[in-house]
Amino acid sequence: MNAKAKPPIPMGVWQVLLGIAILASWQELANAGKLDKFFFSRPTDIAARIVDWVRTGSIWPHLIVTMEEAALAFALGAASGMIFGFALARAPRLGQLFDPYIRVLNALPRVVLAPIFLLWFGLGIWSKVVLGVTVVFFIVFFNTHQGVREVDPVVVNNARMLGASEWQLVRHVLIPSALTWVFSSLHISIGFAMIAVVVGEYLGAARGVGYLISQAEGTFDTTGVFAGMVVLSAVVLVIGWGVNRLEHWLLRWKA
Amino acid sequence: MTAIRFEGVSKQFGGYTAIQNVDLDVSAGAFVSVVGPSGCGKSTLLNLAAGLTEPSAGLVSIFGDPLNGLNRRAGYMFQQDALLPWKTVSANVSLGLRFRNAPDAESQARDWIARVGLQNFADAYPSQLSGGMRKRVAMAQSWIVNPDILLMDEPFSALDVHTRLRMESELLTLWTASPKTVLFVTHDLEEALALADEVVVLSAGPASRVVNRYAVDLPRPRDLIDIRTEPRFAELYRQIWADLREEVLASYERES
Repeated sequence: MNAKAKPPIPMGVWQVLLGIAILASWQELANAGKLDKFFFSRPTDIAARIVDWVRTGSIWPHLIVTMEEAALAFALGAASGMIFGFALARAPRLGQLFDPYIRVLNALPRVVLAPIFLLWFGLGIWSKVVLGVTVVFFIVFFNTHQGVREVDPVVVNNARMLGASEWQLVRHVLIPSALTWVFSSLHISIGFAMIAVVVGEYLGAARGVGYLISQAEGTFDTTGVFAGMVVLSAVVLVIGWGVNRLEHWLLRWKA
Repeated sequence: MTAIRFEGVSKQFGGYTAIQNVDLDVSAGAFVSVVGPSGCGKSTLLNLAAGLTEPSAGLVSIFGDPLNGLNRRAGYMFQQDALLPWKTVSANVSLGLRFRNAPDAESQARDWIARVGLQNFADAYPSQLSGGMRKRVAMAQSWIVNPDILLMDEPFSALDVHTRLRMESELLTLWTASPKTVLFVTHDLEEALALADEVVVLSAGPASRVVNRYAVDLPRPRDLIDIRTEPRFAELYRQIWADLREEVLASYERES
């Protein structure tokens, strides 16, 4: 039998093998005492912790709060970003007026706002939601702005020649064009909303996955920190998959 | 009755003069082709007739009234893809009627989609169609609102020769069924001759003007497959080409 006849091993197999190799060597090094369990924990301990969280159900309240904050941050940020982006693109003088301020605000690292939001809005969900909104708003704002301004002038002229009124032009041409840009940035905005609320929770909260991680850190519970990170990554991956499907459906008219 | 009248119309874009002192009458119900070398301001002429741009000097009137703003009696078929990409074929075709709140937009759109042979593609998006199919949608989209005037800007230039021939035939069939005033811009003299009652030759840009006008006395209905081999067609072609050739050469010189 020659080598060509052998079917190649699928990439997925290699990917799983790589993961197993990394986890196994981590586990072995920790067992052999080469990695300090206090600082690095062990994969089996982390897995056991997650199973424990799920079995006792203690993880759910935290997870639900984080998701709720991220969802609110995304919804409010996207809505305000779209409204402002649209208004400023349609009223260019207004756009010019606000332009430097929007740039300055966008240049600000959002993390530094977290403490001030904690003071203003307290330890509850709203300080995190507002932090998330400040991130999502700008992403959606810039995309909407771009989407309205980059709409194909031929399509606009066609709609006008077909008798579109100003409002019909907005509804049938400008909004769909802007939405294209917003939809294609869904990934980034939802991902960033998640990051922002977790950072907010980490800096001061009574609940949430970020709070869970910061609590574990405060008690030198490395296993808890890693378990929190794994849960968070898993959730973000699942949401990302869902967003992918949604985006695919929303932009189904694209080739 | 004159459907479109240009009187001493000039158009400047910044320092560039696209057309200069153009006088042109298009009678109601006529099919008029405008030919000229590329960059001679043919599209500018259409945009002026559509009211999408305003003349820098002179006057455009539509059925006797000076044009002010958009030309509400005209449909426009663009050279580029102008369909709304996020709408299905049937939503695109019915668009003009829905803008007017016509109650039977859906059923009329169904008729038109069948008329241009796309009944199996009513729910497809433009990106899923071939170039020829998209042109058919565009044709149905502009004809469904039944405009008195149709402005067509090299609508078939992006198509292959055979698809183009089919589209030209379909256009003539539609036009025969409901005679509208058509102003058809093209750089292809064969196409212009085969379709039109009259061919207008524009000079090379900048500052294009009307060089000459030729009545096309080929009988109708025309069979576009065979018309190109008829002696009269060849004769007219030679005559007009003598003019057009000068302008094409002039445009080469200006470009080089």
